[in-house]
This record gives sequence, C-alpha cells and structure tokens, in this order.
Amino acid sequence: MSAETFYPYLLVMAGVTYLIRMLPLTVFRREIRSPFLRSFLYYVPYAVLGAMTVPDIFYATGNLWTALAGLAVAVALAWKEKSLLTVAVFACAAVAAAQLALSLLG
Amino acid sequence: MNNAFSRGIRHGIPIALGYLSVSFTFGMKAVGDGMTPLQALLISATNLTSAGQFAGLPLMTGGASLMEMALTQLVINLRYALMSLSLGQRLDGTMNTLSRLLFSFANTDEIFAVASSQPEKVGRSYLFGLILTPYFGWTVGTLLGAVAGTLLPEFFRSALGIAIYGMFLAIILPPAKREKPVRLVVLLAVALSLCLRYIPLFSGVSSGFAVILCAVTASATGALLHPVKEAHAP
Repeated sequence: MSAETFYPYLLVMAGVTYLIRMLPLTVFRREIRSPFLRSFLYYVPYAVLGAMTVPDIFYATGNLWTALAGLAVAVALAWKEKSLLTVAVFACAAVAAAQLALSLLG
Repeated sequence: MNNAFSRGIRHGIPIALGYLSVSFTFGMKAVGDGMTPLQALLISATNLTSAGQFAGLPLMTGGASLMEMALTQLVINLRYALMSLSLGQRLDGTMNTLSRLLFSFANTDEIFAVASSQPEKVGRSYLFGLILTPYFGWTVGTLLGAVAGTLLPEFFRSALGIAIYGMFLAIILPPAKREKPVRLVVLLAVALSLCLRYIPLFSGVSSGFAVILCAVTASATGALLHPVKEAHAP
C-alpha cells in the first residue's frame, strides 16, 4: 500500500485507540466514592473477561473439539488455582494432544 | 532489577505467548491484503489491539474514509475506556502523569486483566515489567507472520490460539469459586455474550461493542445486588 494512503490511516487508527485508553487513566484521577460505582468497577474485569472468553474460546483453535479439550483442561487447572502460565501452557498442550488424536483417528 | 518489575515480567510471559500466535496471524493477513511487512509491523507497534487492527485492514484496503476508520476504532475499542477507568482506581502513587501517559498505550484486554487481578494496588515497576514481553510478542509475532507466514506449521498456531483464553480462565475462576457475587457477574456476562452472538436479532452488534454491553449490564447488576464492602472495592 502506498505511503500516502497508509500513514493517514495509521495515524487515525493509533490516535483514536490511544485516546480511548489514555483519557480515562489521566483525566479521572480522583478516587471514586460512590459505593455503586466502586462496586461496578470492581466487577468490570470479571464481566469483561467472561464475555471475551465465551463463546470466542470455541473458535480459538479452528476446531470445536480441540478447543473443548483445551477449555476442559484450562477450567480444571484454573479451578485448582494454578498460575496463569501453567493454565495457559497446559491448555495449549491439551489442544496439541487433541489435534494429534484427531489426526490419528483420521 | 527490583522485585515488582521482575514479577511484572513473569506475569507478562503467558500474555506474550498468546500474542505471538494472534499477531502472527495478523502479520500474515496484512501482507496477504497488500501491506508491506514494515507497514504490518508499524500497525502492530502503534496500535497494540487485535480486534481494532483486524477490523482496520479491510477499511484500509477498501479505501474507506478516515472518518469511517475513526468511528470503527471508536466502537470496537471503547471497551478500553471502561478498563482504563476501572484500572485507574487501582494504581498507586508511583503512577504519575507521565507513567500514566506511557502505560495507557499498552492497556490491552490481557494487560488489564492481569493488572486488575493483583490483590494490592499496582505501581509503575510492576506495570512496566508486565507490558514489556507482551509488546515484543505482539510486534515480533507480526513481523514473523508478515515475512514467514507459512513457516510456522498450522499445528502450533492453532494450539497457541487457546493460550489467552486459558489465562483469562485462570484469572476469573479462582475468585468466582470463592465469591458468589463474582460468580453471578461472570455467569451473567457469559449468558449475555452467548445471546449477542447467537441470536440473529443482534448480529449487527460489533464484537467490541458486545463486550461493553455484556460488561456494563453484568457489572451493574452485580453492583446493585451485591455492593462490595469498602475494604474490598478497587
């Protein structure tokens, strides 16, 4: 893509994305006192992650069955409160194992 | 190297691992769509957002207006405003204005998730350690995908695709197990997310905006039904 077309797009994309992230972190500096808002913000990370994980995880590997294998292992280890790295690595390994099993089954 | 910084680096490694695979795919697709490898790298190095970048590609190649580009990025990425607002309440005194300006750039879904899951308020050393390896994962992965997209076998790429979700589950399940209100909020967000995805009526809702709808509804319900005790709140 020619530089004259590319750089204006790049500037707009990066600029808008940065402003969205930067303004709430720098402008709203004071501590929020409202119990409702404090509770709301306490729950936000869990709600965001829940909504981002399901249903997207079903499509994460390109095959529903291998994704389910990864999901099952991740849920079991996360429930046992294993570290992030442990859960991530074993979920990948489970997907790899499921892919192997599927390819052996033909 | 102080403790908080190295702890940040350690916590960033699973994120970097997941980013490698997603950005690899982005690099491949960008070059396939007519970008040079340098352009693909520049997009990743300045944006650091998967959904926004993937959505931006067809707009660029299709000759969309700059206004369309700005609005698309706004809708898809507005969820970050919610995350920055939430995380902003959990920063300690070391996060002065300059640090906030720098860190904002890297407040991705995953960085936010890990930073928010820390039991104490987080500071500059930890956060800058946390963003270091994911930033390299994201940019290096993009470049590799752009120049050598076909070298990494599909087998490894699809296995790595689940890393980020495994990490998300490792963050939400332990508190969901211990605290009933968190469990309620997570289940509600998941149920809403499923509705928005599979009920045809909502097929026009973009993925970024769907996350906002789910998160706001579920968190507001949680806050109404189970206000958090002072010591516990962010």
